[in-house]
Amino acid sequence: MTAVALRRARPGAIASRRSLRILEHDLLVFRRGWHSYLLSGLSQPFLYLVAMGVGLGMYVNRSGSLPGGVPYLDYIAPALLVTQAMMAGASEATWPIMGKIEWDKTYHAALNTPVGALDLLVGDLMWIGFRATLLSVLFLVVIVVLGAATSPLVVLAVPVAVLTALAFAAPIIAFTATQTGDGGFNALFRFGITPLFLFSGTFFPIEKLPLFLQPLAWITPLYHGVAAARSLSLGQVEPVGLTVHVAALAAVVIAGLAAARITFRRRLVV
Amino acid sequence: MPERSTAPEPVIRARGLTKRFGAFTAVDGVDFDVAPGEAFGFLGPNGAGKTSTMRMIGTVSPVTAGELTVFGLDPARQGAQIRSRLGVVPQADTLDNELSVLENLVIYGRYFDLSWTESRRRATELLEFVQLTERSGDKVEPLSGGMKRRLVIARSLINEPSLLLLDEPTTGLDPQARHLLWDRLYRLKQRGVTLCLTTHYMDEAEQLCDRLVVMDRARIVAEGSPRQLIDRYVTREVLELRFGRAEGETDDSAFLDGQLEGLAERIEQLPDRILVYTADGEAAAAAAYERGLRPASILVRRSSLEDVFLRLTGRSLVE
Repeated sequence: MTAVALRRARPGAIASRRSLRILEHDLLVFRRGWHSYLLSGLSQPFLYLVAMGVGLGMYVNRSGSLPGGVPYLDYIAPALLVTQAMMAGASEATWPIMGKIEWDKTYHAALNTPVGALDLLVGDLMWIGFRATLLSVLFLVVIVVLGAATSPLVVLAVPVAVLTALAFAAPIIAFTATQTGDGGFNALFRFGITPLFLFSGTFFPIEKLPLFLQPLAWITPLYHGVAAARSLSLGQVEPVGLTVHVAALAAVVIAGLAAARITFRRRLVV
Repeated sequence: MPERSTAPEPVIRARGLTKRFGAFTAVDGVDFDVAPGEAFGFLGPNGAGKTSTMRMIGTVSPVTAGELTVFGLDPARQGAQIRSRLGVVPQADTLDNELSVLENLVIYGRYFDLSWTESRRRATELLEFVQLTERSGDKVEPLSGGMKRRLVIARSLINEPSLLLLDEPTTGLDPQARHLLWDRLYRLKQRGVTLCLTTHYMDEAEQLCDRLVVMDRARIVAEGSPRQLIDRYVTREVLELRFGRAEGETDDSAFLDGQLEGLAERIEQLPDRILVYTADGEAAAAAAYERGLRPASILVRRSSLEDVFLRLTGRSLVE
């Protein structure tokens, strides 16, 4: 019955197709609560865009100081799309993963089956990718409904957002596997994710940051995700710039995966 | 009793099996074989190395040194292949609180590459086997300890394993729940499933195991059937004497003062009682009385694995 599967589960491979089983598990859990995902996936973007884009935007637009006279709603909509994906990626990579490693120990149950440690890692990252896709598509729907995008290229902001989510999830999941409790996560969000959310060119151009802080913004994945999504949404794509942004995100995903591969093995195979 | 005469290839074979965590040696060069269809036990106190041994057999913990084969396969290279034929009941329940009772089993079957239909069919059947059919749609959280344990056993059977590893299957359960579990394990054994379990309960070892090894401080200190071990290491009966203590006294030495000399093959002094190992407990009790000893309570019982353990290690199994 499992002869074919066994031949494929060779050592040294990054993961076997059994990572798909882990994705199935996550989808099974998701099936129980999909309506609430859908509801918050639509209402959150709506509230944010109306409050900040439309409400706050009235004052910002009056000053007319955004580059190219872009309406504030159009300016922050793609940025919020990406930050939401980042938040989803970061939070899914912390508490739920810790639960599977330490609290419910369901990873340990799965490891008693032919599933291996790397299957767990890859499977759960696929789930995070799926969740980020779902949220981003819902966000896109709200953007389109509110008329907050100038270019049809805005649909490509979805894959950019998903890549950004993974650029956070992969390194954070590597970090999670080194933790024994959730104490580190609060610090991560307080001193990592929240400042990024505020200062990565989300609400105002990074050129407005003090000069010494600007290079700091360039090395954060969120800056690249926001810049890429914004250029697509506003139809102001520079091919070289876009390539750099996407390559930067992909590099972080790959580095994060490599680190997580090590920390997962260290944590789960003892 | 297993058929050892034909000497079938062992399901598990360990030679000099060792597990170290840094400077700490959890398992120190143990040798054992488990034959097909046998119920084999590791008996020992907490920290003796039982769980580490089980985790190496389960291929989830790399072997530090020595030899280990499971189904004749190498855990280091053929782990997934071994695990596909293995059922594991870990010490912690590791159930998925986000899924229902039935879903816990069905998704586990998927990890073994069963089709959804087949996994669902087996899951339904197994819930019947462990008497949890009525709870199949419920969440796991509100189940009692015994029910969770039964669910974990059902989960471990979803791939129809020929070898079942059980790490302290009944720790923390009430007597009724334990007996129900023992009954299910006995039925599995009847069906030809090889059982390999750890326990620190001597009654569990006596109930379930054809053969066992006693582990203490990372080593195997004795091996045999429960009966053989009792015959080899202790007398048939034990006389337990308890003395009422006077104020300020910490043990019973004052009462003894050599008065039990010659009454028994061996005398063991525990903090709360004195164990007199003898072939005839009643006779020894009468003799003690004749010598003027007036214990507060007298109990004559058959020797158990607990006594074997005490003899071998000088310590009690459950403290």
